[in-house]
Amino acid sequence: MRGHKGLVECASLATTKGWRMSILGTRVVRTEDPLFLTRGATYTDDLTDDRLTGALHATFVRSQVAHGRLLSVDTSSALEAPGVVAVVTAADLSDLVPLPPPFPFINQAMTRPWLASDRVRFVGDPIAVVLTEERYQGEDAAELVVVDIDPLPAVVSTAAAAADEVLLFPEAGTNVMASFGEPAAADFFDGCEVVVTQAVVNQRVAPVPLESRAAAASWGADGRVTVWCTNQGAQQARGQLADWLKIDPDLIHLVTPDVGGGFGAKIGADPEYAFVAWLAKHVGRPVRWAESRSENLVGMLHGRGQDQVVTIGGRRDGTVEAYSLVFDQDCGAYPRIGAVLPTLTMLMAPGVYGFPKVHAQGRALATTTTSIGAYRGAGRPEATAAVERAIDLFAAEIGMDPAEVRRKNLLPAFSEPHTTPMGATYDNGDYPAALDKALDAAGYADLRAEQARRREAGDARQLGIGLAVYVEITGADNGAGTKEAAELEVHPDGTATVLTGTSPHGQGHATAWAMIASDQLGIPVEKITVVHGDTDRVPQGGGTMGSRSLQQGGAAVHQAAGELVELARKRAAEKLEANPEDLVVDLGLAGLAVRGTPGVGVTFAELAADQRLLVNTVFNANAPTFPFGAHVAVVELDVESGKAQVVRLVAVDDAGTIVNPLLAEGQRHGGFAQGVAQALLEEVLYDEDGNPTTSTLADYPFISATELPSFELVDMATPTPMNPLGAKGIGEAGTIGSTPAVQNAVIDAAAHLGVRHIDMPTTPMRVFRAIQQAGHIAQQEGN
Amino acid sequence: MQVSIVVNGEQRTDEVEPRLLLAHYLREVCGLKATNIGCDSTSCGACTVVVDGLSVKSCTVLAAQADGAQVTTLEGLAGPDGELHPMQAAFRAEHGLQCGFCTPGMVMAAIGVLADNPDPTDREVREGLEGNLCRCTGYHNIVRAVRAAAQAGPAAGQVPQAQEVQA
Repeated sequence: MRGHKGLVECASLATTKGWRMSILGTRVVRTEDPLFLTRGATYTDDLTDDRLTGALHATFVRSQVAHGRLLSVDTSSALEAPGVVAVVTAADLSDLVPLPPPFPFINQAMTRPWLASDRVRFVGDPIAVVLTEERYQGEDAAELVVVDIDPLPAVVSTAAAAADEVLLFPEAGTNVMASFGEPAAADFFDGCEVVVTQAVVNQRVAPVPLESRAAAASWGADGRVTVWCTNQGAQQARGQLADWLKIDPDLIHLVTPDVGGGFGAKIGADPEYAFVAWLAKHVGRPVRWAESRSENLVGMLHGRGQDQVVTIGGRRDGTVEAYSLVFDQDCGAYPRIGAVLPTLTMLMAPGVYGFPKVHAQGRALATTTTSIGAYRGAGRPEATAAVERAIDLFAAEIGMDPAEVRRKNLLPAFSEPHTTPMGATYDNGDYPAALDKALDAAGYADLRAEQARRREAGDARQLGIGLAVYVEITGADNGAGTKEAAELEVHPDGTATVLTGTSPHGQGHATAWAMIASDQLGIPVEKITVVHGDTDRVPQGGGTMGSRSLQQGGAAVHQAAGELVELARKRAAEKLEANPEDLVVDLGLAGLAVRGTPGVGVTFAELAADQRLLVNTVFNANAPTFPFGAHVAVVELDVESGKAQVVRLVAVDDAGTIVNPLLAEGQRHGGFAQGVAQALLEEVLYDEDGNPTTSTLADYPFISATELPSFELVDMATPTPMNPLGAKGIGEAGTIGSTPAVQNAVIDAAAHLGVRHIDMPTTPMRVFRAIQQAGHIAQQEGN
Repeated sequence: MQVSIVVNGEQRTDEVEPRLLLAHYLREVCGLKATNIGCDSTSCGACTVVVDGLSVKSCTVLAAQADGAQVTTLEGLAGPDGELHPMQAAFRAEHGLQCGFCTPGMVMAAIGVLADNPDPTDREVREGLEGNLCRCTGYHNIVRAVRAAAQAGPAAGQVPQAQEVQA
């Protein structure tokens, strides 16, 4: 484990005259933190901007019924309540058209109303909005809006949705939003000695960024609106607002204040953000909205939600010959990113394995529940969980160690691009090395010996060892291509400004992007300001999602710094009357010096004093990258109660070259926790009538510090050729590896009792029942 | 109703609604926005502040209940010259924060943990912070930060305002 002695306060590096080691790869502490730790960050609900003076507070009235015909909305009592300025219902929205599905391949009849007019489709569907002078008045008045709904049957499961007996959108004629792929050929598994099939649930979870959703809007006298909202990409959010509200994007100034976590659920804009802008226009006053957590848990996008069937076939020597993944994606009531997740799951279905035959097929289905969106990994964790479960099931069936089955089927190390049967082109990888490193670090043989000892002794606390080897796609085209823009300017006072289209919400871009610029310019990190999330200052950008930021946004800053040096070289040559080729960057000087003539040079700041020293660039990666790794989870399982505790998590995560290990490790830690959370605890639940039963943090089992161990990180770095930094994405990898490793570990802990599979979350109740059932079957077979 | 509360060493008197939560009092009346509100069920701890030496969740206390009390928020920790409190310094050095939303409450709760137990084990830190949720860090570096702060001495378990109140 690392100590913090290697931490770097960056000024000391940059002031070494004339020469220094690269700042890249060092543990620079975050420049964001002094403010965050003394005055706190400024999130959307913290804003005190003059343009929001006198803002009204918006409070949504949401459906308490999962599915039904909306008969009436009576706002008369609410309008009489103290502080109420307006109560808006669907009847007031004549100038707004329903929101179309976000992708062309979705059934186009599945449109979303701004406020329900004739039908509600999930608990949380907005019906009315109350605007009040003060925040508390909004909650009081919202209680007075009387809503009459004639209930219809709820559609809670993908099976019920697929039956098409109750339709969310009768005009669509089906609950199927979209279908992907074809059924497997009838002879797909022919010739396999062993074929194992298992239904696997990748359950619905709630992202729960600690900051819930919030937005504020104010229209100026110039006809433009400023919208502040918590999101993962201001430019994308602005585009959506313009599309939905049918206004010119240039009339929208979208600002992203500090963001309290996103995890995919804050990609783009939510309709509520656009609606706040519309409300501000409607009433002619600024409006702000900040949802409560219980509103967030029904209103914000959920994640995962796949019902899968895995089938794996091969030989008894451990060789897998064919693998199939067929699944239904629960998308919730209205199509959002969830409807496109099946494509990512299918793309990554074979994962790290060289299976000769791979089949995948998915459907996106509407249910009367909260919509599903991206959540840390978004489609890839579901693929990895499926295949890693399948490998363990296959290993159990043929009685072979799961590490050995993995070794037999992993793709060998490759340094040239490899294209899988599903059409993904992996840049490079060494999966066997990752697995070996993880097993070595974990002490795999010793763990198995200890497991055998406990089994032999019949201990109440059994040991489970779970493996997962993963590869994922990062920096994929998210609709804005695989490119990112950067602007870099050095100022006459020796400071610099970086403008980026990425959108940090905890990742530390202000520090990392400054390091990347400093690496080539010598300007100290703390003199470099990173600006993001303001569409007037940064009109183009792809945001932060899909683990794209460093490899595209960081690479753009790197490219900008290189271009700025070249621009400065031309100007310095004139100023110094030197040959441009004789000028070299002097990092200690933060400028250019004449080669071999110490002391003769000019700083970037001096050049900026003559004329603005600024470059604008776009870096295009042209292709995604494929980080990979291997995780070993160790759990202790109380076989009498069914309670599992993760006692160790050993992780190899290879994301190519690391710019700042402190930040990269932080990304991994957070990812691990979310993986353990899904494997052990967290699940969004609905009753049969479609009522959410986990809509507060008292009910939703958000993972706490007590349920996690400290993590054991193993370094491995295989630089990618796809960008000059050599960096792959690291934001989601931790979750993708840890989720199946922990699930496999829990099942492994009960394997000697006859348990082959337990769906996530592997709660004590589930584990207990699985053990009971396995014992019951064993007893029957014994008879 | 009127409340008199010492907030970060400053004696204040304010007219408030009886139902006003201490968290909203701090944010809206005092303008101290570091204290965040992350849930509505006393589950997340983002709003944790120190009241009369005890860390409490300010969403579950009425401003009226804090009448006569001394309240310290994140903004009250650093020294007058900007010197970080040992817990703030440890959170920075150990990368114990990412998005920063849980951080103000987490720092205040962590001070409370050390007030009760000046040299806790990892497990004791985890149990002490069970009521404070973080989605970004996996708690790994938070635990390290609290243990590192403990090594800085007893000041890590104290808030500075306990001694001096400015009228």
